[in-house]
Amino acid sequence: MSTLVYNESPLSPADAIRSEIILAGDGWFQPVKKDQTLRIVDLEGNQAADTFFFNADDVTERYSAQDTIREQGAIYITTGTKLMSNHCRPMLTITADTCGRHDTLGGACASESNMVRYALDKRFMHACRDTFLLQMVLSGYPVTKRDLAHNINFFMNVPVTPEGGLKFEDGVSEPGKYVEMKAEVDVLCLISNCPQLNNPCNAYNPTPIQVLVWN
Amino acid sequence: MTLFTETLPPGAMWSIRIPRHRTVRFTALAAGANLSALLFNAVQPLDRLNVPDTLKALHTAKLTRGHVLMSDMGRALASITEDTLGWHDPLGGHINAAQVAAKFGEQTYQDAHNDWHRNARDNFLIELAKHGLGLRDIVANINFFSKVVVAEDGRMAYVAEHCPAAAVIELRTEIDVLFVLANCPHPLAPSGKYPKVPVRIDILSSEPGGSDDFCRNFRPECGRALALAERLYL
Repeated sequence: MSTLVYNESPLSPADAIRSEIILAGDGWFQPVKKDQTLRIVDLEGNQAADTFFFNADDVTERYSAQDTIREQGAIYITTGTKLMSNHCRPMLTITADTCGRHDTLGGACASESNMVRYALDKRFMHACRDTFLLQMVLSGYPVTKRDLAHNINFFMNVPVTPEGGLKFEDGVSEPGKYVEMKAEVDVLCLISNCPQLNNPCNAYNPTPIQVLVWN
Repeated sequence: MTLFTETLPPGAMWSIRIPRHRTVRFTALAAGANLSALLFNAVQPLDRLNVPDTLKALHTAKLTRGHVLMSDMGRALASITEDTLGWHDPLGGHINAAQVAAKFGEQTYQDAHNDWHRNARDNFLIELAKHGLGLRDIVANINFFSKVVVAEDGRMAYVAEHCPAAAVIELRTEIDVLFVLANCPHPLAPSGKYPKVPVRIDILSSEPGGSDDFCRNFRPECGRALALAERLYL
């Protein structure tokens, strides 16, 4: 998928079996069963939702950005995109998208990468990878840092130029924009609601997101 | 001074631990090379090449001279000190057995002995196993000598005939690095005949990049990743 395939969902929040708010800087690590639908809502706009998936039955199978973008022949994901695993198998399919720009290349912010990107004294700012690590440790699932490859940044705008440049631009997302995906296998969904304050991925103002799940 | 030379035949894999401040020169011995690579901190392989951290620090979707390959711990693993091509691919990933069979036809060891059609995934797994590593350690890789462009609308296109014979890329190791290499076709290479391009690897003695080093000064992010690498050796 190359550009936005705008598609609204017929699902009603009233029918969701799970609905939770994730504050900026917090995490969420929960199972989503095969054929269940997961929606992530950018409640206030311009927020990055760092999201990663494991196969619940075998956590060594996990979301792979390189396999996902290569197999669909495009770096942006939208309605119709199959999120592929490191075994090149579909894990989830995006079924609705009202935002149209989600990043597959930038991965999660980390205290260490903040030091490289901004200044060596940025070590002690909160970062997504720390949220991921804490969620993994506390979950009881058999996953550690070793199992963490790079994630999707829903609602984040990282355009690539034909000359091979990569830019971080203001998000195109707005309050209430959402992306929805159906699980093709039982997955574990790991989310960090990005606390980044150093670049425009959250418009310098990290805000809450909502996660809903339907049977 | 050249310390050691090895030539990877087509389809071959290798892993080698290189101390810091050596130059690793890869040379395409014919046109159309692709060398898939993973890099690890040789002392603590949980600290490993992180392609997204590298790309976002450098604001690039390609790799070339001046760029510093970074780990997820913010450390410079290796700096690209020479490059005759101007573009090496960090996006396309690596090829697996099913993709090799679909593109180039299955050619088993039974059929062809060491001319069989090997794939990068299995090659990585074999070499990683020699270091106590495995599937969990296969994160995004880079493909030396290959070019994948991205159009404004996000579509990806493999550029055939990007790599001429004798193309060279040189890396200077900035910490002790474990290289895991697979000389296998790019997963977006055109179907047809399995590419048969040997790649020569020369290990040379080198000097640390000083304050006037091209890579250190390429972007401030490069200098900071090098500073974090140097802190490993306090």
